[in-house]
Amino acid sequence: MLEIKDICFERDNKKILNHINLVLDETKFYVITGPNGSGKSTLAKIITGILKPDQGQILFNGEDITSLSVDQRAKKGLAFAFQQPVRFKGLTVYDLLKIAVNKNIDKKDACNILSKVGLCANEYIDREINASLSGGELKRIEIATVIARNPKVAIFDEPEAGIDLWSFQNLIEVFKDLEKESQGITLVISHQERILRIADQIILLEKGQVKNIGNKNSMLKIILNEEKCCQKGNKINE
Amino acid sequence: MNDIDQKLLNKISDKNIRKAHAYNIRKNGKSIKRQISPYIDIISKEDNKGIDIYVKENTLIGIVHIPVIITESGLTDVVYNDFHIGKNSNVVILAGCGVHNDEHQDSEHDGIHRFYLEEDAKVKYIEKHYGEGIGNGKKILNPLTEIYMQPGSNMTMDTTQIKGVDQTTRKTKAILDGNATLIINEKILTSDSQNATTVFDVELNGTNASTHVVSRSVATENSYQEFVSNVIGNANCYAHVECDAILKDKGKVKAIPQIYAKNPDANLIHEAAIGKIAGEQLIKLMSLGLSEKEAEKLIIKGFLK
Ligand SMILES: Nc1ncnc2c1ncn2[C@@H]1O[C@H](COP(=O)(O)OP(=O)(O)O)[C@@H](O)[C@H]1O
Ligand SMILES: [Mg+2]
Repeated sequence: MLEIKDICFERDNKKILNHINLVLDETKFYVITGPNGSGKSTLAKIITGILKPDQGQILFNGEDITSLSVDQRAKKGLAFAFQQPVRFKGLTVYDLLKIAVNKNIDKKDACNILSKVGLCANEYIDREINASLSGGELKRIEIATVIARNPKVAIFDEPEAGIDLWSFQNLIEVFKDLEKESQGITLVISHQERILRIADQIILLEKGQVKNIGNKNSMLKIILNEEKCCQKGNKINE
Repeated sequence: MNDIDQKLLNKISDKNIRKAHAYNIRKNGKSIKRQISPYIDIISKEDNKGIDIYVKENTLIGIVHIPVIITESGLTDVVYNDFHIGKNSNVVILAGCGVHNDEHQDSEHDGIHRFYLEEDAKVKYIEKHYGEGIGNGKKILNPLTEIYMQPGSNMTMDTTQIKGVDQTTRKTKAILDGNATLIINEKILTSDSQNATTVFDVELNGTNASTHVVSRSVATENSYQEFVSNVIGNANCYAHVECDAILKDKGKVKAIPQIYAKNPDANLIHEAAIGKIAGEQLIKLMSLGLSEKEAEKLIIKGFLK
């Protein structure tokens, strides 16, 4: 169980996160959605330890992890796929996957992980994670590094961004599998209706606050309606 | 040869030096071991001033090793090695200098390497530099490389200086004829209060001459590095110079790029980037369970690979 207790985060006199409270249960699949700038990525970074909150606590299975570093939280089972994946001159896809699983896996195992995200593994395994990879390729490798860890809490920040239509279908399957099989908590930040439809619970964030939370059917109605009548630019599109 | 010699040799050269078709081992200013082949000849210059290496035309694959080791403190060794690479031949040359200095006097090696590539000759040149020893005598290396490339010739030069050299000024000069290609990959890591300067002077004189220079360096502790490149395009030619440096602790790096197109069809590019390891790179690896120190080590190792 992951408890987010009264989290506040303020920068430049702007309340980016304003008293966020959430309780996330094991085996459930959550989607956080909301307009650009509503604080979704900031919240994910606070959960994973990349940012420190001004106020509030993060509890994981009852333990206060608010003061733990990024790597300490990773060792406890938290994993995070960045919205903008990082490039590394000199590190290959294989190197990164080995670090992710924390074992000396062979290339075949690494290929299996890659093929889960729809990459033709042999072509990618020895590639450097540098500017020669496209945004969509990087994004899928990023997702693979998280899945490979078999984490207790998996957080994906806009996994669909930059991914083409064909691969998007593949990605939906990846998340459907996670929903079915993962014994941990899955938290996906997304604007995509098809990802929202996989969720057990949908959380709507607006201006740094939880505006609404509920099961998929009730939430989809609210969100899609709002989109239609107000054109708020929530970017729920198919 | 004793244990120290063998260890130095292993650091800068291939363990299987005996697999080389030809080799010459120089220790403390003298040639101590040599082998030649029907295609590759090695001849000493007067007064132990160096060697001439002749590779015959059309040599299919030739492997040449010319390691230099210095174990005498206070020695300044100046050596001239000239490589004459015949038409259409293809060779791999391994050179390098290992210095072991346990004393307080400075040890210095200045290697002057000149390459004369005839038409369509192909050379892969690998150079490693290494210094060790517990004394406070400095280990100083000043390699000068000159490369003269006839039409259609091709040279790749990989240079590495990872540890222990207190002071180095590396100069590389090249003149390229038409369709000649020169690729240079340089890797340097400096620490303590070491000082490393590299200078590239490349002149592209013939149509379709091209060069690609990639320099990757890491300056740690109180060390200082300087990267100077000066590429002149005198023809319809292509050049790409990349200088990438990572700073750690109080390391300093200065990059002075210069590209000069003297011909309207010259196409010259320079990129330079100096900075700390990107914070997001560290965070990504930490999010995969590595400590900050482990992440940093891995990023530097990959960068200099
Ligand atoms: N360190 C920071 N300093 C100042 N403003 C920030 C900082 N981090 C995020 N913001 C701002 O906070 C808001 C929320 O950002 P973010 O969490 O990235 O939103 P979302 O992911 O929902 O699009 C944005 O307006 C962003 O510009
Ligand atoms: Mg975001």
